[in-house]
Amino acid sequence: MSSSEQMSEQTLVRVVAKLTIPFILVMGVYVILHGELGPGGGFQGGVILAAGLILYGLVFGADELRQRIPTVVLDSCMALGALIYAGTGLACLFAGGTFLDYGMLMPESAGDGEALGMTLVEYGVGITVASVMTTIYLMISERRTTLRRGET
Amino acid sequence: MLDEILTLDVFLLILVAATAVAVIQVRSLFSATILSGIYSLLMAVVWTNMHALDVAFTEAAVGAGISTILLLGALVLTGRFAKKESPIHVPGLLLCGLTGAMLIYGTLDMPKFGDPSAPIHNLRVPGMIRQDIGKHPSAAPRVQQAKHEADPSGHHHPQDDYNGHVPNTVTTLLAAYRGYDTMFETTVIFVAGLSLLLLLRRRREGEPGVPVSSPDQRQPKQERLS
Repeated sequence: MSSSEQMSEQTLVRVVAKLTIPFILVMGVYVILHGELGPGGGFQGGVILAAGLILYGLVFGADELRQRIPTVVLDSCMALGALIYAGTGLACLFAGGTFLDYGMLMPESAGDGEALGMTLVEYGVGITVASVMTTIYLMISERRTTLRRGET
Repeated sequence: MLDEILTLDVFLLILVAATAVAVIQVRSLFSATILSGIYSLLMAVVWTNMHALDVAFTEAAVGAGISTILLLGALVLTGRFAKKESPIHVPGLLLCGLTGAMLIYGTLDMPKFGDPSAPIHNLRVPGMIRQDIGKHPSAAPRVQQAKHEADPSGHHHPQDDYNGHVPNTVTTLLAAYRGYDTMFETTVIFVAGLSLLLLLRRRREGEPGVPVSSPDQRQPKQERLS
């Protein structure tokens, strides 16, 4: 990781990254949360979130990123997002509708149920996309295939 | 009179084509990666010009953002320059030209861009706004002017708001009308991440099937010299 170590010694890169990463992450969360209102949605928001995390990894080193976000969290988020999506569909099924018939979440006002279901589904997509994209970066940035004794 | 939108579109598309040619011509892989990012950014502007904001957003975030970074990451592991090849590959050029011509032939039957009398606006969209396309007969009924559940005062939805339905039509299409499609897209992404973990996850030395490296294997030359 000599190249990324060199990069983390450049003051300008570090300061700019530290300044912009919070805004990138907030933007990503905003796009996921407002997917049903404005342009964007779970996929785009997830990609923006991942871009913020990858920027952190590029500047401060992938090992630093691995320490900040434990691999267990990333791995479980990948499955969690897909589970939220399928779970929303199943909830509609149990509420008496067909699979992914969001209106059944609130049968008295189906439009509100529709909005609720789509919002949940977008959250699921966002979580999966963000964690998978970050995982792809972490995998690419690895230089060795094994972990030695004492490494985490 | 000159059509501003058409002028801008032609200008942008010429830039896009120039970037695409440059990506092929340039031998430095780093330049090619950055050029492909520029290509995506220009395409995002073209989509914005066509009012396809969601597509533009995806193009900018995925094409210009993530895929450029991933290509750069792959570049670190490979060489910096492409192998020297002859710039024109005749069968490939013929195949590309043929495919392009077929695609253009396919668009000849499509209605003009933005034509209000196009079939989609008269046959499909009204049903989509009513949200009754693809609905199962058992689906919850959509009552116009229903009470707003989230509001404790129980005010009614305004006339132009179809019972709180999602304002972003693209999200409606992706999440409801094509809900299965989007779900399995998410599953594909999940499976991609899963297979990445299975193939590339670093394994601990000493686990079954993973040999332990000895200290003198790690830096053989330096150890012997010192």
